[in-house]
Amino acid sequence: MQNQDLSADQVRDFRALAGMIIPASAVYDVPGADDDKIFDDILRNLERDRDDIRRALSHLAAIGGAAFADLEPDHRADATKAFREVGGAPLAALVRVVLLCYYRDDRVMRSLGQEARAPFPRGHVVEQGDWSLLDPVRARPPMYRTVD
Amino acid sequence: MLDKVDVLIVGSGASGAAVAWSLADTRMRIVCLEQGDWVKPTDYPSNGRDWEARLFSDFAINPNRRARPTDYPINDANSPIKVVNFNGVGGSTIMYTAHFPRMHPSDFKVRTLDGVADDWPVDYATLEPYFAENDRMMGVSGLAGDPAYPPHQPPMPPLPLGKSGARFGKAMNQLGWHWWPSDSTIATSDYEGRARCINLGHCTPGCAQGAKASTDITYWPHAIRAGVELRTMCRVREVTVDASGMASGVIYYDAEGKEQFQPAEVVILACNGVGTPRLMLNSVSAKFPNGIANSSGLVGKNLMFHPYAQTYGYVDEPLDGNHGPPLCLWSQEFYETDRKRDFVRGYTFQFGRGVGAIMEAIISSNAGRLPWGDDHHSVYRKLLNHRISLSAICEDLPEEHNRVTLDPDLKDSSGIPAPKLDYTISANSLKMMDHGIARAKEVLAAAGASNIAVESPILNGGWHLLGTARMGTDPERSVVNEWGRCHDVKNLFIVDGSIWVTSGGVNPTSTIQALALYIADSIKQRLANLFD
Repeated sequence: MQNQDLSADQVRDFRALAGMIIPASAVYDVPGADDDKIFDDILRNLERDRDDIRRALSHLAAIGGAAFADLEPDHRADATKAFREVGGAPLAALVRVVLLCYYRDDRVMRSLGQEARAPFPRGHVVEQGDWSLLDPVRARPPMYRTVD
Repeated sequence: MLDKVDVLIVGSGASGAAVAWSLADTRMRIVCLEQGDWVKPTDYPSNGRDWEARLFSDFAINPNRRARPTDYPINDANSPIKVVNFNGVGGSTIMYTAHFPRMHPSDFKVRTLDGVADDWPVDYATLEPYFAENDRMMGVSGLAGDPAYPPHQPPMPPLPLGKSGARFGKAMNQLGWHWWPSDSTIATSDYEGRARCINLGHCTPGCAQGAKASTDITYWPHAIRAGVELRTMCRVREVTVDASGMASGVIYYDAEGKEQFQPAEVVILACNGVGTPRLMLNSVSAKFPNGIANSSGLVGKNLMFHPYAQTYGYVDEPLDGNHGPPLCLWSQEFYETDRKRDFVRGYTFQFGRGVGAIMEAIISSNAGRLPWGDDHHSVYRKLLNHRISLSAICEDLPEEHNRVTLDPDLKDSSGIPAPKLDYTISANSLKMMDHGIARAKEVLAAAGASNIAVESPILNGGWHLLGTARMGTDPERSVVNEWGRCHDVKNLFIVDGSIWVTSGGVNPTSTIQALALYIADSIKQRLANLFD
């Protein structure tokens, strides 16, 4: 995958990190955030966070001492742990973009029991509820201060 | 030069729209300049699958994040609360929750009742007919009989309780505390051309259904039909004055970026509590070297926000999540001053229904609740749609060091100096917030919630921009008089939240609009001697 805002190494590192943030799960039958479709969505939606994400990935590479995607599993886990402690706002922005794209994927939404659709035009049903719950409040005397 | 108009309004939001509509029946030539554009129903995020993601891009609530060409930057680095607004026809009524409480009678008499700040030069009784008229124009849903308020009758029935509302209601009854369905400008039945709410659930950044009232679909169609001209994409740089010190018009940049001068007999500012002082401070002349109508030195000072203290938790059963308008109940159990507490004044609780899938993931990730790795999925499934929250919206008292000034470096895309905020939360407000958090934890416990967390203040919680050109009868202690006219410039009026003397502890839009209608009526009654 390519992205005009990130280098090829940064794209590989980003994808590896996304898969560590949200891995695939056979239990819940969901892909990870490094899934082809989801990660492509991530790369297309860097938008206002692109600078922070570039900073975060540079920081991650510096912590790992090499391309994050090429690290051995143990070394990768250590680098991830260290990155989470010091990543700050750029890391938060990176994670936000991952979550923004992951939690609108049709497969993920179906696994969560959510309808994979826009809210409009069908909307949703919200139950009226039991309005007799208000009876004790209705019985209260006025509680606002009078000023005259 | 453009033809002179009788009335020039700057800003088309909550107050600008109301005053334009009210003045239209005078048959004067009225023009409103709006720096943003019309927003079409098909533009709103709830039309698409990316509806939550757009809360972080072109419909972000913070203008610095949103950064549309129609937005202006705000230096809010020296404030723990960041500004929320929207620039477009309808202003920030596009970007609000539609929670629509009125101020209380006591809110206008804080000096008399509690010995703090100042009394307002108007009172609830004076504004009551304007509240009612505004309820009708905006289309308010709610339930009559709330013991926390003087009697009034919302024109539509209340929003549904839903699962979360019922759970809160039971908890509040268990504690013996007040709660009531909120007055809201979300239509619960078809109303004046607006379709009823179908629970799109993503109300804050605009309603694709048109159920949520924003002034582009309430006041503006009536005002335009009555002859008011609304010019969009027009960014006002300054209010000009003539040799006698009267406002002569405004200089603005039109949609093509061309500088224009619009002369006017009367100028009305309706740009909110940050935009209005910014414009006034940018309006420098020999007569007003410190900004127009600023002989008191109070333009930009006394900024009030309403600090929000939010407390939330998670319950075992799935609730409403993002389905339905986010706010449907309030409590004013702790609204009025109680001398037994260690603070004066009080707050409203507003109860939150829930959030969507992405918001839950982001909030919980930021809070450290949602892990990375294999446990991510199991933990997330215990959070989504299980959230229940309430926020204390705390009365912020006026303090002159809380202020809007002009940033020496930051400018908008037209080169106009941007506003800079300096704001701290007062000791009184902090005590009030702590009280609200403690009570909220009791409510959440009674509601069966666990995993309790707090966000206080809500960082992006600067919805309410108040107090920066306050009203009063003393020209040395206020900017406008008791009917919105600047003491220093007798054909310059302000109708937005800038003129508030104190903030109350409620969402302000209802009272802002009632005040705007009251000022418009005051102008109409004085047309023969308006400048005396």
